[in-house]
Amino acid sequence: MSFKYSDKLMRHFHNPKNAGKIDNADGIGIVGNRSCGDVMHLYITVKNNIIVDIKFKTLGCAAAISASDLLCELAKGKTIDKAMKITKQDLVELLGGLPAPKLHCSLLAIDALHKAIEDYTIKNQLK
Amino acid sequence: MKKVYLDNAATTKMADEVVKAMNPYFSDKFGNASCLHSFGQEARDAVENARKIIADKINAEPEEIIFTSGGSESNNLAIKGIAYELKGRGNHIITSKFEHPAVLNVSKELEKQGFKISYLNVSRDGFIDLEQLKQSITKQTILVSLMHANNEIGTVQDIEKIGRICKEQNVLFHTDAVQSFAKVGIDVKKANLSLASFSAHKLHGPKGIGALYVKKGITIKKQIHGGSQEFNQRAGTENVSGIVGFAKAVELMKEKDIEKMNTLRDYFIEELLKFDGTSLNGSKENRLCNNISVSFKNVEGESVLLALDDKGIAVSTSSACTSAKLEPSHVLKAIGLKPEDSHGTIRFTLSKYTSKDDVDYTLNSLKYVIKKLRGISPE
Ligand SMILES: Cc1ncc(COP(=O)(O)O)c(C=O)c1O
Ligand SMILES: [Zn+2]
Repeated sequence: MSFKYSDKLMRHFHNPKNAGKIDNADGIGIVGNRSCGDVMHLYITVKNNIIVDIKFKTLGCAAAISASDLLCELAKGKTIDKAMKITKQDLVELLGGLPAPKLHCSLLAIDALHKAIEDYTIKNQLK
Repeated sequence: MKKVYLDNAATTKMADEVVKAMNPYFSDKFGNASCLHSFGQEARDAVENARKIIADKINAEPEEIIFTSGGSESNNLAIKGIAYELKGRGNHIITSKFEHPAVLNVSKELEKQGFKISYLNVSRDGFIDLEQLKQSITKQTILVSLMHANNEIGTVQDIEKIGRICKEQNVLFHTDAVQSFAKVGIDVKKANLSLASFSAHKLHGPKGIGALYVKKGITIKKQIHGGSQEFNQRAGTENVSGIVGFAKAVELMKEKDIEKMNTLRDYFIEELLKFDGTSLNGSKENRLCNNISVSFKNVEGESVLLALDDKGIAVSTSSACTSAKLEPSHVLKAIGLKPEDSHGTIRFTLSKYTSKDDVDYTLNSLKYVIKKLRGISPE
Protein backbone atom coordinates (compact mmCIF):
# COMPACT_ATOMS: atom_id res chain seq x y z
CA MET A 1 0.00 0.00 0.00
CA SER A 2 1.34 3.39 -0.82
CA PHE A 3 -0.32 6.77 -0.93
CA LYS A 4 0.28 10.24 0.31
CA TYR A 5 -1.93 12.26 2.62
CA SER A 6 -2.67 15.86 1.66
CA ASP A 7 -0.90 18.71 3.44
CA LYS A 8 -4.24 19.88 4.79
CA LEU A 9 -4.90 16.49 6.35
CA MET A 10 -1.42 16.44 7.85
CA ARG A 11 -1.97 19.87 9.40
CA HIS A 12 -5.08 18.58 11.18
CA PHE A 13 -3.16 15.48 12.23
CA HIS A 14 -0.14 17.30 13.62
CA ASN A 15 -2.07 20.16 15.22
CA PRO A 16 -5.58 19.08 16.07
CA LYS A 17 -7.39 22.10 17.53
CA ASN A 18 -10.38 20.20 18.85
CA ALA A 19 -8.81 17.29 20.69
CA GLY A 20 -9.97 16.86 24.24
CA LYS A 21 -12.86 15.87 26.41
CA ILE A 22 -15.90 17.88 27.56
CA ASP A 23 -16.83 17.11 31.15
CA ASN A 24 -20.60 16.94 31.55
CA ALA A 25 -21.11 16.88 27.80
CA ASP A 26 -24.72 17.00 26.59
CA GLY A 27 -24.07 14.17 24.17
CA ILE A 28 -21.34 11.58 23.72
CA GLY A 29 -20.78 9.42 20.65
CA ILE A 30 -18.51 6.42 20.91
CA VAL A 31 -17.67 4.44 17.80
CA GLY A 32 -15.10 1.92 16.66
CA ASN A 33 -13.44 -1.06 18.20
CA ARG A 34 -9.80 -1.25 19.13
CA SER A 35 -9.28 -4.82 18.06
CA CYS A 36 -10.23 -4.02 14.49
CA GLY A 37 -9.40 -0.39 14.03
CA ASP A 38 -9.87 3.21 15.05
CA VAL A 39 -11.78 4.29 18.16
CA MET A 40 -13.43 7.68 18.46
CA HIS A 41 -15.15 9.49 21.32
CA LEU A 42 -17.01 12.67 20.40
CA TYR A 43 -18.40 15.12 22.99
CA ILE A 44 -20.92 17.88 22.30
CA THR A 45 -22.41 20.76 24.26
CA VAL A 46 -25.73 21.99 22.89
CA LYS A 47 -27.43 25.32 23.61
CA ASN A 48 -30.68 26.35 21.90
CA ASN A 49 -30.30 23.52 19.45
CA ILE A 50 -26.84 24.73 18.44
CA ILE A 51 -23.63 22.77 18.93
CA VAL A 52 -21.68 25.35 20.89
CA ASP A 53 -18.79 23.12 21.80
CA ILE A 54 -17.46 19.89 20.38
CA LYS A 55 -14.32 17.88 21.16
CA PHE A 56 -12.89 14.53 20.23
CA LYS A 57 -10.62 11.83 21.53
CA THR A 58 -9.40 9.44 18.87
CA LEU A 59 -7.14 6.44 18.92
CA GLY A 60 -6.35 5.77 15.32
CA CYS A 61 -4.56 6.53 12.12
CA ALA A 62 -3.86 9.97 10.67
CA ALA A 63 -7.03 9.81 8.55
CA ALA A 64 -9.14 9.11 11.65
CA ILE A 65 -7.52 11.82 13.78
CA SER A 66 -7.67 14.49 11.08
CA ALA A 67 -11.26 13.59 10.14
CA SER A 68 -12.24 13.88 13.82
CA ASP A 69 -10.63 17.30 14.08
CA LEU A 70 -12.13 18.57 10.85
CA LEU A 71 -15.58 17.29 11.74
CA CYS A 72 -15.45 19.21 15.02
CA GLU A 73 -14.48 22.33 13.09
CA LEU A 74 -17.40 21.85 10.69
CA ALA A 75 -20.03 21.02 13.29
CA LYS A 76 -19.14 23.73 15.78
CA GLY A 77 -21.70 26.57 15.72
CA LYS A 78 -24.13 24.61 13.54
CA THR A 79 -27.68 23.67 14.51
CA ILE A 80 -28.29 20.00 15.13
CA ASP A 81 -30.16 19.71 11.83
CA LYS A 82 -27.36 21.34 9.86
CA ALA A 83 -24.71 19.24 11.59
CA MET A 84 -26.65 16.11 10.70
CA LYS A 85 -26.29 17.08 7.05
CA ILE A 86 -22.48 16.98 7.05
CA THR A 87 -21.58 14.13 4.73
CA LYS A 88 -18.67 11.82 4.27
CA GLN A 89 -18.02 13.51 0.93
CA ASP A 90 -17.76 16.91 2.64
CA LEU A 91 -15.11 15.56 4.97
CA VAL A 92 -13.15 13.74 2.31
CA GLU A 93 -13.15 16.75 0.01
CA LEU A 94 -12.05 19.12 2.74
CA LEU A 95 -9.29 16.70 3.72
CA GLY A 96 -7.93 16.98 0.20
CA GLY A 97 -9.08 13.51 -0.78
CA LEU A 98 -8.43 10.15 0.81
CA PRO A 99 -7.22 6.89 -0.70
CA ALA A 100 -10.05 4.36 -0.95
CA PRO A 101 -8.75 2.09 1.82
CA LYS A 102 -8.86 5.04 4.22
CA LEU A 103 -12.42 6.15 3.53
CA HIS A 104 -13.89 4.13 6.38
CA CYS A 105 -11.67 6.00 8.84
CA SER A 106 -13.32 9.31 7.98
CA LEU A 107 -16.78 7.73 7.92
CA LEU A 108 -16.26 6.89 11.54
CA ALA A 109 -16.23 10.59 12.46
CA ILE A 110 -19.65 11.10 10.89
CA ASP A 111 -20.96 8.06 12.77
CA ALA A 112 -19.57 9.44 16.01
CA LEU A 113 -21.33 12.76 15.49
CA HIS A 114 -24.63 11.04 14.72
CA LYS A 115 -24.28 8.97 17.88
CA ALA A 116 -23.46 12.03 19.98
CA ILE A 117 -26.52 13.83 18.62
CA GLU A 118 -28.67 10.78 19.22
CA ASP A 119 -27.35 10.59 22.77
CA TYR A 120 -28.13 14.27 23.28
CA THR A 121 -31.64 13.87 21.83
CA ILE A 122 -32.47 10.93 24.08
CA LYS A 123 -31.10 12.67 27.18
CA ASN A 124 -32.94 15.87 26.25
CA GLN A 125 -36.28 14.11 25.86
CA LEU A 126 -35.86 12.65 29.32
CA LYS A 127 -35.47 16.09 30.86
CA MET B 1 16.15 19.42 10.53
CA LYS B 2 17.98 16.41 11.91
CA LYS B 3 17.32 13.27 9.87
CA VAL B 4 17.46 9.82 11.41
CA TYR B 5 16.90 6.79 9.25
CA LEU B 6 15.74 3.78 11.27
CA ASP B 7 14.16 1.71 8.53
CA ASN B 8 17.19 -0.29 7.51
CA ALA B 9 15.21 -3.51 7.28
CA ALA B 10 13.29 -1.91 4.41
CA THR B 11 16.41 -0.80 2.63
CA THR B 12 19.75 0.82 3.37
CA LYS B 13 21.84 3.70 2.16
CA MET B 14 24.49 2.51 -0.27
CA ALA B 15 27.93 2.74 1.26
CA ASP B 16 30.18 5.36 -0.42
CA GLU B 17 32.70 2.60 -1.07
CA VAL B 18 30.01 0.60 -2.86
CA VAL B 19 29.06 3.48 -5.11
CA LYS B 20 32.73 4.03 -5.87
CA ALA B 21 33.29 0.37 -6.68
CA MET B 22 30.26 0.30 -8.98
CA ASN B 23 30.87 3.51 -10.90
CA PRO B 24 33.39 2.24 -13.48
CA TYR B 25 30.95 -0.49 -14.50
CA PHE B 26 28.41 2.08 -15.62
CA SER B 27 30.87 3.84 -17.90
CA ASP B 28 34.35 2.63 -18.91
CA LYS B 29 33.86 -0.99 -17.93
CA PHE B 30 30.47 -1.42 -19.53
CA GLY B 31 31.08 -4.76 -21.24
CA ASN B 32 28.75 -7.72 -21.44
CA ALA B 33 30.26 -10.49 -19.34
CA SER B 34 29.31 -13.08 -21.97
CA CYS B 35 31.52 -11.55 -24.67
CA LEU B 36 34.95 -12.84 -25.58
CA HIS B 37 36.63 -9.49 -26.23
CA SER B 38 38.50 -7.53 -23.63
CA PHE B 39 35.44 -5.46 -22.69
CA GLY B 40 33.54 -8.64 -21.99
CA GLN B 41 36.38 -10.27 -20.11
CA GLU B 42 36.82 -7.26 -17.88
CA ALA B 43 33.17 -7.57 -16.88
CA ARG B 44 33.46 -11.34 -16.54
CA ASP B 45 36.42 -11.01 -14.16
CA ALA B 46 34.45 -8.57 -12.01
CA VAL B 47 31.45 -10.90 -11.85
CA GLU B 48 33.55 -13.95 -10.97
CA ASN B 49 35.52 -12.04 -8.37
CA ALA B 50 32.26 -10.97 -6.76
CA ARG B 51 30.87 -14.50 -6.93
CA LYS B 52 33.91 -15.75 -5.01
CA ILE B 53 33.54 -13.10 -2.31
CA ILE B 54 29.92 -14.04 -1.73
CA ALA B 55 30.63 -17.77 -1.83
CA ASP B 56 33.47 -17.38 0.69
CA LYS B 57 31.20 -15.50 3.06
CA ILE B 58 28.93 -18.54 3.44
CA ASN B 59 31.55 -21.30 2.98
CA ALA B 60 30.22 -22.24 -0.46
CA GLU B 61 31.85 -22.73 -3.86
CA PRO B 62 31.56 -19.95 -6.47
CA GLU B 63 29.67 -22.32 -8.80
CA GLU B 64 26.99 -22.56 -6.15
CA ILE B 65 26.08 -18.86 -6.35
CA ILE B 66 23.50 -17.66 -8.88
CA PHE B 67 23.00 -13.92 -9.19
CA THR B 68 19.36 -12.81 -9.32
CA SER B 69 17.43 -9.54 -9.20
CA GLY B 70 17.08 -9.72 -5.42
CA GLY B 71 15.59 -11.55 -2.49
CA SER B 72 12.14 -11.95 -4.02
CA GLU B 73 13.46 -13.56 -7.16
CA SER B 74 15.80 -15.78 -5.17
CA ASN B 75 12.91 -17.05 -3.06
CA ASN B 76 10.77 -17.63 -6.14
CA LEU B 77 13.57 -19.43 -7.93
CA ALA B 78 14.39 -21.59 -4.92
CA ILE B 79 10.88 -22.69 -4.08
CA LYS B 80 9.34 -22.93 -7.55
CA GLY B 81 12.62 -24.28 -8.88
CA ILE B 82 12.53 -27.21 -6.46
CA ALA B 83 8.76 -27.70 -6.52
CA TYR B 84 8.62 -28.03 -10.31
CA GLU B 85 11.81 -30.07 -10.47
CA LEU B 86 10.74 -32.59 -7.83
CA LYS B 87 6.99 -32.72 -8.33
CA GLY B 88 7.32 -36.26 -9.61
CA ARG B 89 8.73 -37.27 -6.26
CA GLY B 90 6.37 -35.45 -3.92
CA ASN B 91 4.09 -32.46 -3.60
CA HIS B 92 4.57 -31.36 0.00
CA ILE B 93 6.47 -28.26 1.13
CA ILE B 94 6.96 -27.06 4.69
CA THR B 95 7.33 -23.39 5.56
CA SER B 96 6.25 -21.19 8.49
CA LYS B 97 3.48 -18.76 9.25
CA PHE B 98 5.76 -15.75 9.52
CA GLU B 99 7.79 -15.87 6.32
CA HIS B 100 8.26 -12.87 4.05
CA PRO B 101 5.53 -12.48 1.38
CA ALA B 102 8.13 -13.56 -1.19
CA VAL B 103 7.91 -17.02 0.38
CA LEU B 104 4.30 -17.02 1.58
CA ASN B 105 2.81 -15.86 -1.71
CA VAL B 106 4.92 -18.31 -3.69
CA SER B 107 3.57 -21.02 -1.38
CA LYS B 108 0.00 -19.86 -1.93
CA GLU B 109 0.56 -19.89 -5.68
CA LEU B 110 1.91 -23.43 -5.50
CA GLU B 111 -1.09 -24.47 -3.40
CA LYS B 112 -3.34 -23.34 -6.24
CA GLN B 113 -1.33 -25.61 -8.51
CA GLY B 114 -1.94 -28.64 -6.32
CA PHE B 115 1.03 -28.59 -3.95
CA LYS B 116 0.37 -29.16 -0.25
CA ILE B 117 1.97 -26.61 2.05
CA SER B 118 2.37 -26.88 5.82
CA TYR B 119 2.74 -23.58 7.66
CA LEU B 120 4.58 -24.17 10.92
CA ASN B 121 3.62 -22.36 14.10
CA VAL B 122 5.81 -19.73 15.67
CA SER B 123 6.25 -19.30 19.44
CA ARG B 124 5.35 -16.15 21.34
CA ASP B 125 9.00 -15.09 21.37
CA GLY B 126 9.46 -15.63 17.63
CA PHE B 127 10.86 -19.11 17.06
CA ILE B 128 9.56 -21.74 14.68
CA ASP B 129 8.19 -24.91 16.30
CA LEU B 130 10.81 -27.51 15.43
CA GLU B 131 8.91 -30.39 17.04
CA GLN B 132 6.11 -29.62 14.63
CA LEU B 133 8.68 -29.55 11.83
CA LYS B 134 9.82 -33.07 12.69
CA GLN B 135 6.25 -34.31 12.79
CA SER B 136 5.29 -32.59 9.56
CA ILE B 137 7.91 -34.19 7.32
CA THR B 138 6.43 -37.04 5.28
CA LYS B 139 7.55 -39.17 2.33
CA GLN B 140 5.90 -36.54 0.11
CA THR B 141 7.98 -33.66 1.52
CA ILE B 142 10.32 -32.20 -1.09
CA LEU B 143 11.37 -28.95 0.58
CA VAL B 144 11.58 -27.19 3.92
CA SER B 145 11.74 -23.39 3.52
CA LEU B 146 12.24 -21.54 6.80
CA MET B 147 13.57 -18.03 7.15
CA HIS B 148 16.83 -17.28 8.95
CA ALA B 149 16.00 -13.87 10.44
CA ASN B 150 12.52 -12.42 10.51
CA ASN B 151 12.16 -9.02 8.87
CA GLU B 152 9.59 -7.66 11.32
CA ILE B 153 10.63 -8.91 14.74
CA GLY B 154 14.25 -9.79 14.05
CA THR B 155 14.39 -13.21 15.65
CA VAL B 156 17.10 -15.50 14.26
CA GLN B 157 16.30 -19.19 13.85
CA ASP B 158 18.84 -21.89 14.64
CA ILE B 159 19.42 -22.98 11.03
CA GLU B 160 22.02 -25.55 12.03
CA LYS B 161 19.43 -27.31 14.15
CA ILE B 162 16.88 -27.12 11.33
CA GLY B 163 19.54 -28.36 8.94
CA ARG B 164 20.17 -31.42 11.13
CA ILE B 165 16.48 -32.28 11.18
CA CYS B 166 16.27 -31.95 7.39
CA LYS B 167 19.39 -34.06 6.94
CA GLU B 168 18.07 -36.85 9.18
CA GLN B 169 14.84 -36.90 7.19
CA ASN B 170 16.62 -36.44 3.89
CA VAL B 171 14.72 -33.37 2.68
CA LEU B 172 16.09 -30.25 1.04
CA PHE B 173 16.38 -27.10 3.16
CA HIS B 174 16.01 -23.55 1.86
CA THR B 175 16.42 -20.46 4.00
CA ASP B 176 15.51 -16.86 3.27
CA ALA B 177 18.61 -15.16 4.64
CA VAL B 178 17.86 -11.73 3.21
CA GLN B 179 17.77 -9.99 6.59
CA SER B 180 20.55 -11.96 8.24
CA PHE B 181 23.16 -12.05 5.50
CA ALA B 182 26.47 -10.56 6.65
CA LYS B 183 24.92 -9.85 10.05
CA VAL B 184 24.65 -13.41 11.32
CA GLY B 185 27.25 -15.98 10.32
CA ILE B 186 26.03 -18.53 7.77
CA ASP B 187 27.93 -21.70 6.96
CA VAL B 188 25.96 -23.55 4.30
CA LYS B 189 27.75 -26.80 5.07
CA LYS B 190 27.21 -26.69 8.84
CA ALA B 191 23.57 -25.76 8.31
CA ASN B 192 23.12 -28.48 5.68
CA LEU B 193 21.60 -25.87 3.39
CA SER B 194 20.46 -26.82 -0.08
CA LEU B 195 19.41 -23.30 -1.02
CA ALA B 196 19.65 -19.83 0.51
CA SER B 197 18.40 -16.41 -0.62
CA PHE B 198 20.31 -13.14 -0.30
CA SER B 199 19.76 -9.51 -1.29
CA ALA B 200 22.24 -6.64 -1.53
CA HIS B 201 20.12 -3.65 -0.62
CA LYS B 202 19.68 -4.67 3.02
CA LEU B 203 23.42 -4.33 3.65
CA HIS B 204 24.35 -1.04 2.00
CA GLY B 205 24.52 -2.55 -1.46
CA PRO B 206 22.40 -1.61 -4.49
CA LYS B 207 18.74 -2.50 -5.02
CA GLY B 208 17.74 -5.06 -7.62
CA ILE B 209 20.58 -7.49 -7.08
CA GLY B 210 20.65 -10.64 -5.01
CA ALA B 211 21.83 -14.20 -5.07
CA LEU B 212 20.65 -17.72 -4.58
CA TYR B 213 22.93 -20.38 -3.19
CA VAL B 214 22.20 -23.75 -4.79
CA LYS B 215 24.20 -26.66 -3.46
CA LYS B 216 26.24 -28.57 -6.01
CA GLY B 217 24.28 -31.55 -7.32
CA ILE B 218 20.87 -30.02 -6.75
CA THR B 219 18.93 -29.22 -9.89
CA ILE B 220 16.31 -26.50 -9.96
CA LYS B 221 13.78 -25.76 -12.68
CA LYS B 222 14.83 -22.59 -14.45
CA GLN B 223 12.35 -19.71 -14.04
CA ILE B 224 13.76 -17.14 -16.46
CA HIS B 225 14.47 -18.64 -19.88
CA GLY B 226 16.80 -17.12 -22.41
CA GLY B 227 20.57 -17.19 -22.60
CA SER B 228 22.76 -19.57 -20.67
CA GLN B 229 24.02 -17.10 -18.07
CA GLU B 230 24.46 -18.09 -14.42
CA PHE B 231 25.33 -21.71 -15.16
CA ASN B 232 22.26 -21.91 -17.34
CA GLN B 233 20.01 -21.46 -14.32
CA ARG B 234 18.96 -17.84 -14.76
CA ALA B 235 18.98 -16.08 -18.13
CA GLY B 236 19.77 -12.42 -18.64
CA THR B 237 22.83 -10.23 -19.17
CA GLU B 238 24.54 -9.93 -15.81
CA ASN B 239 23.93 -6.78 -13.78
CA VAL B 240 27.67 -6.24 -13.53
CA SER B 241 27.67 -3.00 -11.55
CA GLY B 242 25.08 -4.43 -9.17
CA ILE B 243 27.05 -7.61 -8.69
CA VAL B 244 30.23 -5.64 -7.99
CA GLY B 245 28.37 -3.43 -5.51
CA PHE B 246 26.84 -6.45 -3.80
CA ALA B 247 30.24 -8.05 -3.22
CA LYS B 248 31.74 -4.79 -2.02
CA ALA B 249 28.91 -4.39 0.48
CA VAL B 250 29.52 -7.90 1.80
CA GLU B 251 33.24 -7.20 2.18
CA LEU B 252 32.54 -3.98 4.05
CA MET B 253 30.36 -5.52 6.76
CA LYS B 254 32.72 -6.12 9.68
CA GLU B 255 32.37 -7.77 13.04
CA LYS B 256 32.89 -4.43 14.78
CA ASP B 257 29.90 -2.96 12.89
CA ILE B 258 27.73 -5.77 14.16
CA GLU B 259 29.00 -5.31 17.71
CA LYS B 260 28.30 -1.60 17.50
CA MET B 261 24.73 -2.28 16.37
CA ASN B 262 24.26 -4.90 19.08
CA THR B 263 25.28 -2.42 21.76
CA LEU B 264 23.05 0.34 20.40
CA ARG B 265 20.13 -2.06 20.00
CA ASP B 266 20.40 -3.19 23.62
CA TYR B 267 20.59 0.39 24.82
CA PHE B 268 17.60 1.37 22.66
CA ILE B 269 15.53 -1.55 23.94
CA GLU B 270 16.45 -0.89 27.55
CA GLU B 271 15.47 2.78 27.30
CA LEU B 272 12.26 2.06 25.38
CA LEU B 273 11.06 -0.44 27.93
CA LYS B 274 11.29 2.29 30.58
CA PHE B 275 8.34 4.00 28.82
CA ASP B 276 4.87 3.17 30.15
CA GLY B 277 2.89 0.63 28.17
CA THR B 278 5.63 -0.71 25.93
CA SER B 279 6.65 -4.27 25.18
CA LEU B 280 9.33 -5.81 23.00
CA ASN B 281 8.31 -8.22 20.25
CA GLY B 282 10.56 -11.20 19.71
CA SER B 283 13.16 -12.64 22.01
CA LYS B 284 15.95 -10.47 23.38
CA GLU B 285 18.37 -13.29 22.65
CA ASN B 286 18.97 -14.62 19.14
CA ARG B 287 17.88 -11.36 17.67
CA LEU B 288 19.26 -9.44 14.70
CA CYS B 289 21.81 -6.83 15.71
CA ASN B 290 19.71 -4.04 14.21
CA ASN B 291 16.08 -4.88 15.01
CA ILE B 292 13.91 -3.29 17.68
CA SER B 293 10.20 -4.10 17.41
CA VAL B 294 8.10 -2.50 20.11
CA SER B 295 4.37 -2.31 20.79
CA PHE B 296 3.04 0.88 22.38
CA LYS B 297 -0.30 0.70 24.13
CA ASN B 298 -3.04 3.16 23.17
CA VAL B 299 -1.52 4.58 20.01
CA GLU B 300 -1.82 3.67 16.37
CA GLY B 301 1.39 2.69 14.59
CA GLU B 302 0.67 4.82 11.55
CA SER B 303 0.19 7.90 13.70
CA VAL B 304 3.47 7.28 15.51
CA LEU B 305 5.23 6.80 12.18
CA LEU B 306 3.87 10.06 10.74
CA ALA B 307 4.50 12.04 13.92
CA LEU B 308 8.10 10.79 14.02
CA ASP B 309 8.50 11.53 10.32
CA ASP B 310 7.61 15.11 11.17
CA LYS B 311 10.69 15.09 13.43
CA GLY B 312 12.85 13.69 10.62
CA ILE B 313 12.82 10.12 11.92
CA ALA B 314 11.98 7.24 9.58
CA VAL B 315 10.53 4.05 11.08
CA SER B 316 8.08 1.40 9.99
CA THR B 317 4.76 -0.13 11.10
CA SER B 318 3.47 -3.48 10.07
CA SER B 319 -0.25 -3.15 10.56
CA ALA B 320 -2.32 -0.75 8.51
CA CYS B 321 -6.01 0.07 8.61
CA THR B 322 -6.48 -0.30 4.92
CA SER B 323 -9.46 -2.57 4.60
CA ALA B 324 -12.67 -2.14 6.52
CA LYS B 325 -10.73 -3.79 9.30
CA LEU B 326 -7.32 -2.93 10.70
CA GLU B 327 -5.34 -6.02 9.81
CA PRO B 328 -2.45 -6.87 12.09
CA SER B 329 0.61 -8.11 10.23
CA HIS B 330 0.77 -11.85 9.67
CA VAL B 331 4.02 -11.95 11.65
CA LEU B 332 2.54 -10.37 14.78
CA LYS B 333 -0.51 -12.60 14.39
CA ALA B 334 1.74 -15.64 14.11
CA ILE B 335 3.46 -14.86 17.42
CA GLY B 336 0.04 -14.43 19.02
CA LEU B 337 0.19 -10.71 19.72
CA LYS B 338 -3.23 -9.26 20.58
CA PRO B 339 -4.65 -7.19 17.69
CA GLU B 340 -4.73 -4.01 19.80
CA ASP B 341 -1.03 -4.41 20.56
CA SER B 342 -0.23 -5.16 16.93
CA HIS B 343 -1.84 -1.88 15.91
CA GLY B 344 0.62 0.05 18.07
CA THR B 345 3.73 -1.73 16.85
CA ILE B 346 6.73 0.13 15.49
CA ARG B 347 9.86 -1.37 13.99
CA PHE B 348 13.14 0.51 14.36
CA THR B 349 16.05 -0.94 12.39
CA LEU B 350 19.56 0.37 12.83
CA SER B 351 22.53 0.36 10.50
CA LYS B 352 26.24 0.68 11.05
CA TYR B 353 25.81 4.38 10.37
CA THR B 354 23.35 4.87 13.26
CA SER B 355 24.89 6.79 16.16
CA LYS B 356 24.00 6.92 19.85
CA ASP B 357 23.04 10.52 19.23
CA ASP B 358 20.49 9.34 16.63
CA VAL B 359 19.05 6.90 19.13
CA ASP B 360 18.85 9.51 21.90
CA TYR B 361 17.15 11.98 19.56
CA THR B 362 14.67 9.24 18.62
CA LEU B 363 13.99 8.33 22.23
CA ASN B 364 13.32 11.95 23.12
CA SER B 365 11.08 12.50 20.11
CA LEU B 366 9.23 9.29 20.88
CA LYS B 367 8.54 10.40 24.43
CA TYR B 368 6.93 13.55 23.08
CA VAL B 369 5.02 11.82 20.27
CA ILE B 370 3.63 8.99 22.37
CA LYS B 371 2.55 11.37 25.10
CA LYS B 372 0.84 13.63 22.58
CA LEU B 373 -0.98 10.80 20.80
CA ARG B 374 -2.04 9.16 24.05
CA GLY B 375 -3.26 12.56 25.17
CA ILE B 376 -5.78 12.73 22.34
CA SER B 377 -6.72 9.10 22.66
CA PRO B 378 -9.75 7.96 24.70
CA GLU B 379 -8.38 6.57 28.00
C1 LIG C 1 13.09 -11.61 4.76
C2 LIG C 1 13.01 -10.99 3.40
N1 LIG C 1 12.93 -11.77 2.31
C3 LIG C 1 12.86 -11.26 1.07
C4 LIG C 1 12.87 -9.91 0.84
C5 LIG C 1 12.78 -9.39 -0.56
O1 LIG C 1 14.01 -8.95 -1.02
P1 LIG C 1 14.11 -7.98 -2.28
O2 LIG C 1 13.59 -6.66 -1.85
O3 LIG C 1 15.57 -7.93 -2.61
O4 LIG C 1 13.31 -8.59 -3.38
C6 LIG C 1 12.94 -9.05 1.95
C7 LIG C 1 12.96 -7.58 1.80
O5 LIG C 1 11.96 -6.91 1.67
C8 LIG C 1 13.01 -9.61 3.26
O6 LIG C 1 13.06 -8.83 4.33
ZN1 LIG D 1 -7.81 4.31 10.18
